[in-house]
Amino acid sequence: MPLSKSEISVGDQHSEQVVENLTRTQIIQYAGASGDYNPLHTDEIFTTQIAGYPTVFAHGMLSMGMTGKMLTNLVGDGRLTKYGVRFVAQVWPGDSLTSTATVEAIREEDGVSLVDLAVSTVNQDGAEVVKGSATARIDD
Amino acid sequence: MATDRFPIEAGHIMLFARSIGDANPIYHDADAAADTEPGHVIPPPTFVQASAQFTEGYNLRPVIGEPWFGSGKEPTGIKRESSGEGGGGTGFHAEQHYEYHAPVQAGDVLRAVDKPGKSWSREGRRGGTLQFNESITEYYNQDDVLVVTARSVGVQTSRVVE
Repeated sequence: MPLSKSEISVGDQHSEQVVENLTRTQIIQYAGASGDYNPLHTDEIFTTQIAGYPTVFAHGMLSMGMTGKMLTNLVGDGRLTKYGVRFVAQVWPGDSLTSTATVEAIREEDGVSLVDLAVSTVNQDGAEVVKGSATARIDD
Repeated sequence: MATDRFPIEAGHIMLFARSIGDANPIYHDADAAADTEPGHVIPPPTFVQASAQFTEGYNLRPVIGEPWFGSGKEPTGIKRESSGEGGGGTGFHAEQHYEYHAPVQAGDVLRAVDKPGKSWSREGRRGGTLQFNESITEYYNQDDVLVVTARSVGVQTSRVVE
C-alpha cells in the first residue's frame, strides 16, 4: 500500500530485519541472479588463500537489495523515484541486518507529493553497513 | 555497463527477488501483480544491476573455455592484479545510486548506455591509497524512454581492507 501524506510525519521511522543469519548459499543465489560471479563472494578457497580475507562476504549490491525490500515494503510497489547508498562496511556470512528508513522531508515537486527518507542498515552489533537515502511518490 | 539488449524476464526477476529474500508477490505472481498499482510483474529497485548477465565481456563472469581467477585445482586459475595478487588490494563497490524515471515491467527490453564519470583518489584509514572511479549508466526501454539512471562508484584499495 502506498503511503499517504496524512499518515506520515518528519522523524517517523520504519525498521525491518532484512536478513537473519545470512548464509553463503544466499550470497551464491545473489551471484547467480545478478551475474556478479566475483569469487570474493562465493569461493572460500580463493578468498582466504589468494585475496587474504577471513571468509567470503556479501556483494554490496546484495545488502542494497535487501535494504530496498524494507523501502518498497514501506513506500509501495513502483513508488521509488531515487535510491542511493554508500557501502560502509562489509557484510559477512552469519550477519543479521536491520534496515531503517527515517522520514526527513515531505514535499511537493511539479505537483507530485514526495517523501525523502534517510536509509540505514546495521548488523547484529549495531555497526552500520549501508547508509543512504531514498525518495518516493506518496498520495495526497 | 553498456549492454545492447537487456530483456526484463519474469523468471529472472523471480530468481533475483528470491536472492534478496523478498517474497513480495509482485516479483513472481502475475495474477497477484495484476491487482497492484503497477498492474504487472515489476523488478525490484536494484534489478538493473543484473544487466551484467547480458553485458558482453563482463569481467566478473567466467568465459567458456578460458581460465578463471577463482579456485579449481589451484586456489586461483589465473594470476592478475585485481584478484588480490601482490599487495592484496581489491576492487570494491563503494556507492550505488539510482534514479527511477519511468516504470519498468516484465516483458520490457532495455538497453544500457555508459556516460563518462569522475575519478579521484584519497588516503584511506584501512586500505591504503583509495582510487575511486565513477560510472554512469542510462537504461532506455524499447520505446527509447529513459527509465533508470544508475551511478556507481568503485574503489580500488592498495592492500587488504582490515
